[in-house]
Amino acid sequence: MAKMSPSHARSPQIARFAFHGGIHPPEHKDLTRDRPIKSLPIMPHYVLPLHMHIGAPARAIVQVGQWVAKGQVLAQATDFISASIHAPTSGVIIAITEHPIPHPGGLAAAALILEADGEDRAGEPLPPWPDFTTKSATELRGRLREAGIVGLGGAVFPTAAKLATGGTSSVHTLVLNGAECEPYITCDDRLMRERPEDILHGAAIVLHMMGANRCLIGIEDNKPEAIATLLTASAQDTRFETIAVPTRYPAGGEKQLLKVLTNVEVPRGRRATEYGLLCLNVATVAAIYRAVVLGEPMTERIVTVTGEGIVQPENFRVPLGTKISDVIAAAGGYTAGADRLIMGGPMMGFALHDDEVPVVKATNCLLALRPQDRPTTPAPQPCIRCSLCAEACPADLLPQQLYWYARAKQFDRAVEYHLFDCIECGVCSAVCPSHLPLVDFYRFAKTEVWAQERDHSKASLARERFEFRNERLERIKAEREAALNKKRQNLAVNTAVAPSVATGMDTATMVPSAPASDEAFGEYRPEPKALGTQRPGDVGTEPVILDSAVEAACVRAKARRAALDAERAQQESKLAPESKSDLP
Amino acid sequence: MLTAILVAAGLALAFGLLLGIAAQWFHVEGNPLAEKIDAILPQTQCGQCGFPGCKPYAQAIATGQADINQCPPGGETTIKNLADLLGVEAKPLNADNGKIKAVPLVAVIDEAVCIGCTKCIQACPVDAILGAAKQMHTVIAAECTGCELCVAPCPVDCIDMVPVDLGIEGFRFPEPQWLAARLADQPAENLASEPEATHG
Repeated sequence: MAKMSPSHARSPQIARFAFHGGIHPPEHKDLTRDRPIKSLPIMPHYVLPLHMHIGAPARAIVQVGQWVAKGQVLAQATDFISASIHAPTSGVIIAITEHPIPHPGGLAAAALILEADGEDRAGEPLPPWPDFTTKSATELRGRLREAGIVGLGGAVFPTAAKLATGGTSSVHTLVLNGAECEPYITCDDRLMRERPEDILHGAAIVLHMMGANRCLIGIEDNKPEAIATLLTASAQDTRFETIAVPTRYPAGGEKQLLKVLTNVEVPRGRRATEYGLLCLNVATVAAIYRAVVLGEPMTERIVTVTGEGIVQPENFRVPLGTKISDVIAAAGGYTAGADRLIMGGPMMGFALHDDEVPVVKATNCLLALRPQDRPTTPAPQPCIRCSLCAEACPADLLPQQLYWYARAKQFDRAVEYHLFDCIECGVCSAVCPSHLPLVDFYRFAKTEVWAQERDHSKASLARERFEFRNERLERIKAEREAALNKKRQNLAVNTAVAPSVATGMDTATMVPSAPASDEAFGEYRPEPKALGTQRPGDVGTEPVILDSAVEAACVRAKARRAALDAERAQQESKLAPESKSDLP
Repeated sequence: MLTAILVAAGLALAFGLLLGIAAQWFHVEGNPLAEKIDAILPQTQCGQCGFPGCKPYAQAIATGQADINQCPPGGETTIKNLADLLGVEAKPLNADNGKIKAVPLVAVIDEAVCIGCTKCIQACPVDAILGAAKQMHTVIAAECTGCELCVAPCPVDCIDMVPVDLGIEGFRFPEPQWLAARLADQPAENLASEPEATHG
């Protein structure tokens, strides 16, 4: 596959284009940029949330008490956009329960709790495919789905689904995102420096799958070692171009990076694949390599543990499900005064409520800070419409306008101003001279819009079902009416036939007489139906119970309720016997 | 003179014909205003407004037979939206019809106590209760509107209304309280004189 190209330049290309806006915050990457990736010892417990990707939650296929091998599928993808979850080590599933997960609201969600047996015994692996070129794109996508591969850049979108949207031959260029633009984070930097072959192999697999023949690797120019490493590693292969991207946050945003590298601006509501481009994070393609060539499912990721609130900042290869408190302990614990733990970077991350939550597929960084390390945020002042935010917005939005509408709760107007194109990068909040927490307003507005949509779709469903029920009741009523009329007519015929037979009249020429009177109807006895017997009152389709049966059941139920209440009262009196005995 | 009369008459005839055809062609089924009102109502189908469902109430508002402040599940938002649609003044909710619920509710049947009498099934306006005679009943939570109409008919009192738990999917970011932070920071007299600069 390697094509020799002696003229291939050894110095990186420099990106010639730029995205709109952006800022250059202090980098703080020196804390961990020279810390090699270390492995962690096996921890006693792992917590694996069933929903650590975008899309439908995975469905658990193991049982409580079951022993599982390392790499065994614990929960299966349930939908096209969903991802499987695998055991990070061997052990026993001790519970499938609600457990706190990393979430801005500090909420809990369904998770598998794995108690490690310490042996780290691997089960039957997926068959390694060293010669992936003999496999079709569909087979390879199936492998990525089986291995639970999701985008590791932060969005955790299932990669199999992302590659499926590209079609067969429309993608001509793969863009590898090694920008890592957020301050503090160095996990991709370390990966590029330590395992460039994994990345290039993974990229070659994706190129093969998409039928593409060009791969651009975009790396911010504050990572010269990573650029040099990849340049050297890819020197033999002309398909790869390593491009130094000027350090400017958020150059690692997908649309921003594509603009910088290719000058293609992907419009709102369109996908990069429609323009022949596909963007994947470097860690994602490394995981693709391991899944396809080595048959390893996604059971670990690299996490930067950093910040002035950590004793010894490190880069760790962390098995998914490891508790964050265990990871922090492995980094020497917190320094005195550390009071905030953030998952993700300082710009886009969110503060964790506590550290007893697991590392998930989205956890690229754990950042602990002391109060003195954070930029002081003075009290917000009113917006003065200076429009600095609009100048800095990398998504070309009007942040101040969005802010007004979000504040006034005019969410429909905010949506008209493309609220959902906001990537929540935090640049507007950072440049705001009034120190307004702008991104908080956009997050608030987005979840409110989703809540409104939920209410709306629920109301539509209720309306539909209400109307359907009314229609059904009408229909049943009409059917009953028709049945009654028919019976009346039959009765009239019968009563008319009887005398006619007696008088010897020809029944064939007989015309039904006037509708039978109510008295005659009252004497009518319905014929037994072919299937089963008919009870009195069993006329329509609605079930009807004899009143006496209901009364008897009510009496029984009342007795049962009374017994339950008595039992409860007894228990309460047991719990508080003293207070009862005090009563006169 | 005659030509003018003929031309005018001809034109009248032609346009009359055109309008007649248009009326047939673009005929609107139902009352479009009632449908617009119905779209604003919360579709709880609870009947607290005194009408058997949201659509009948919408029709009553459209024909002027009912006021816009009769819907407790909709609350102030619905009243405001109705007032905007109809070009009338918003007014407080009619307290006779019930209170605004703080949180959305869903019915839950205590399945150990249920006797399978089907009375709640018949009461449910949206067919959200599943069951058959003498069989245990259960509520399809996703389809329950929280109207409470099933609670009263139950002879064994086994239906409870509990707050809806959407879990992680239902998470909503809180509204940023920066103004509150400022109130705490600043002396009261400053705030009193502050102009309403924050209304865009």
